Amino acid sequence: MNLEFSADDIAFRDEVRAFIAEAYPAHLRGKMEEGEELSKEDYLAWHRILAAKGWVAPGWPVEYGGPGWTATQRYIWSEELARADTIPILPFGINMVGPVIYTFGTPEQKARFLPPSLSGDIWWCQGYSEPGAGSDLASLRTRAERDGDFYIVNGQKTWTTLGQHADWGFFLVRTDPAAKPQEGISFLLIDMKTPGITVRPIITLGGEHEVNEVWLENVKVPVENRIFHENKGWTCAKFLLAHERTGIAGVARSKRGIERIKAMARAEAGDDGQPLIRDPDFARKIVELEIDLKALEFTELRTLASESAGKGPGPESSLLKIKGTEIQQRITELALEAAGHYGAPYFRGINQDGNAFPIGPDYSRRVAPTYFNMRKTSIYGGSNEIQRNIIAKMVLGL
Amino acid sequence: MDFNFTEEQSMLRDALARYLADRYDFETRRGITRTDAGWQPAVWRAFAEELGILGAAFSEAHGGLGGGAVENMIVMEELGKALVIEPYLETVVVGGGFLKHAGGAAADALIGQIIAGTATCAFAHAEPQGRYNLADLKTTATRDGAGWRLSGHKAVVTAAPWASHLIVTARTGGGQRERDGVSVFLVEKGAAGLTTRDYPTVDGRRASEVYLENVAVGAEALLGNEGNGLPLVERVVDEATAALCAEASGCLKKLHEGTLDYARQRKQFGTPIASFQVLQHRMVDMFMAAEQAVSMTYMATLNLDAEARERAIAVSSAKAFIGKACQSVGQSAIQIHGGMGMTDELAIGHYFKRATLIEGLYGSVAYHLRRCEALSLADAA
Repeated sequence: MNLEFSADDIAFRDEVRAFIAEAYPAHLRGKMEEGEELSKEDYLAWHRILAAKGWVAPGWPVEYGGPGWTATQRYIWSEELARADTIPILPFGINMVGPVIYTFGTPEQKARFLPPSLSGDIWWCQGYSEPGAGSDLASLRTRAERDGDFYIVNGQKTWTTLGQHADWGFFLVRTDPAAKPQEGISFLLIDMKTPGITVRPIITLGGEHEVNEVWLENVKVPVENRIFHENKGWTCAKFLLAHERTGIAGVARSKRGIERIKAMARAEAGDDGQPLIRDPDFARKIVELEIDLKALEFTELRTLASESAGKGPGPESSLLKIKGTEIQQRITELALEAAGHYGAPYFRGINQDGNAFPIGPDYSRRVAPTYFNMRKTSIYGGSNEIQRNIIAKMVLGL
Repeated sequence: MDFNFTEEQSMLRDALARYLADRYDFETRRGITRTDAGWQPAVWRAFAEELGILGAAFSEAHGGLGGGAVENMIVMEELGKALVIEPYLETVVVGGGFLKHAGGAAADALIGQIIAGTATCAFAHAEPQGRYNLADLKTTATRDGAGWRLSGHKAVVTAAPWASHLIVTARTGGGQRERDGVSVFLVEKGAAGLTTRDYPTVDGRRASEVYLENVAVGAEALLGNEGNGLPLVERVVDEATAALCAEASGCLKKLHEGTLDYARQRKQFGTPIASFQVLQHRMVDMFMAAEQAVSMTYMATLNLDAEARERAIAVSSAKAFIGKACQSVGQSAIQIHGGMGMTDELAIGHYFKRATLIEGLYGSVAYHLRRCEALSLADAA
């Protein structure tokens, strides 16, 4: 056993660190720091830079455009991205549908969809959840009926993240209503410009427009856009869910989050006028968080090590999801606590120009909306209750 | 011992509850939060004229109904259940509290206007540097002839955009964070030299940054004694904190009940999610927290007239307990609602947001725990 990075790994770290420092667009710097909402162009700007460098999809096999990095290198990469506080790479194409396409797709589907997914020319969204099918995803009812070379799709999807920007969506639809729930589902790629698709915003607690409802009314989808066999879409769905969970621990981002809390706690005065970071109660909360994050980090590293040894991500990744999201949420709780009175103002739509009186320090601006927003993490991607069920069943054999 | 409400108190609660059920539904409230005004003066008038609740906690000599802290508790719990925006806490509990305790002709006159619904207050106390320390003040008041001149910056003054009067704390002596030298002033919102920057808060209410630049007030503006105002501030803030606990109790009750309703009707895996034991236990925890929040609110309210140390321990114990409950019950409500809990469309998220702000109002959990430690462990050391 050995904790040290090899000389090669350190050289790699220096290389990617230098690249990020040079290539990350100046106009995006500080956006993550202030928790600003990001535009489509913000996401795409950084995505395209990484795509040009060949680094946008670190987990993809080389033949499909991955950089061929080891698991350790991928880990270093995510650490460095978080360290520089870059805006995240959108997961829908890179971590979700991309791996499904190169694993289950035909050569034609791979050639058609993988290159534009890498380049950023296709923005993907996920059509999984329905109003009646959340944790119980297999109960989904959106119907696809075969009509010659097409499927006619009718139904409603919900919680479609950033679907307002999407060019294409990957959808789970029911193609055999008579079969058992998991056995009558197919995996379709749908052009979001197809007539009959309506995307409606859902505004969330912090005032964000992040998720959407997607209504499908007699939407014609060519059969050639189905991935894998008809009625075997659940295989793709399960594969994708396992993929979605790797990296969901968000260790590197959480480290950055704790750094941010520390910076706030150095700047804010406690009740005694001393910096908040010297307040023993607050300091203890930070340290407890750091300890729990360390436990998560080393659990993730062990998972990574066994992944490098050839084992795919298993149900253990549910542990990473549960603990990772709990830590992300606690970070937002601490930020809100650190902000004190200035956690209360709601800045959406308020002009903070230089002529107006300022309202509190910049670092407090979005702590409350972010706290509200991050409650989603223990709900999405399989709620933490579902994740515990998975561990109970698949890991503990209960 | 008697935890029963009198007949008058029960009537007060029922009348207010009925009014709010009829006239203050969630959609109405949402509409109001989006208007420029941000509140409903018509509702305030109804509170004064139709319901008469604005006088419930004032003595008959002042033209009120002769009640006090228990009436404030009853009103605030109902306001909490309906997520009422209008400034009862700031006007009746805080404003009214200062005026009652300080006394004097100017105070008496303003109490009359509060009861009539023509005056509204906000408490311009906290400052950007001071966190929850009530003595941490940089705002100054200096003598100017018979009156005073006030200068300083007050932070996140809730309900200030709607207020006709501000209760302003300032130093007439002593250094920043010293107990001595704090004085309390009644200042008209329209006074020359007083400017505000108004903004919404994340719970759908409004607040202001208040800037005072040589604001001139008369001698009668001083509430209580010069330089010895901190005990008065502590008393009124304890009263306000107890009232806030009552509001939280109402809010927690709705979070608990709303979650129970949702879990009973929401089906997954072919059965209502309320049938899952892991969620049942979580809802039982919510229920217990909501019940004990009510208990702690009674405890705090019934100790408001105790001597200062006992009162402070009671109030801080309640607020520390209820602050934690706001977090745990609020988070559980969202979690059990799943994605629906994250939307702006459902009331549940708005209760969660209000509960979250209540956590930090008039002192965080950490602040109140420390206050309890300092007061109740002092003997042990």
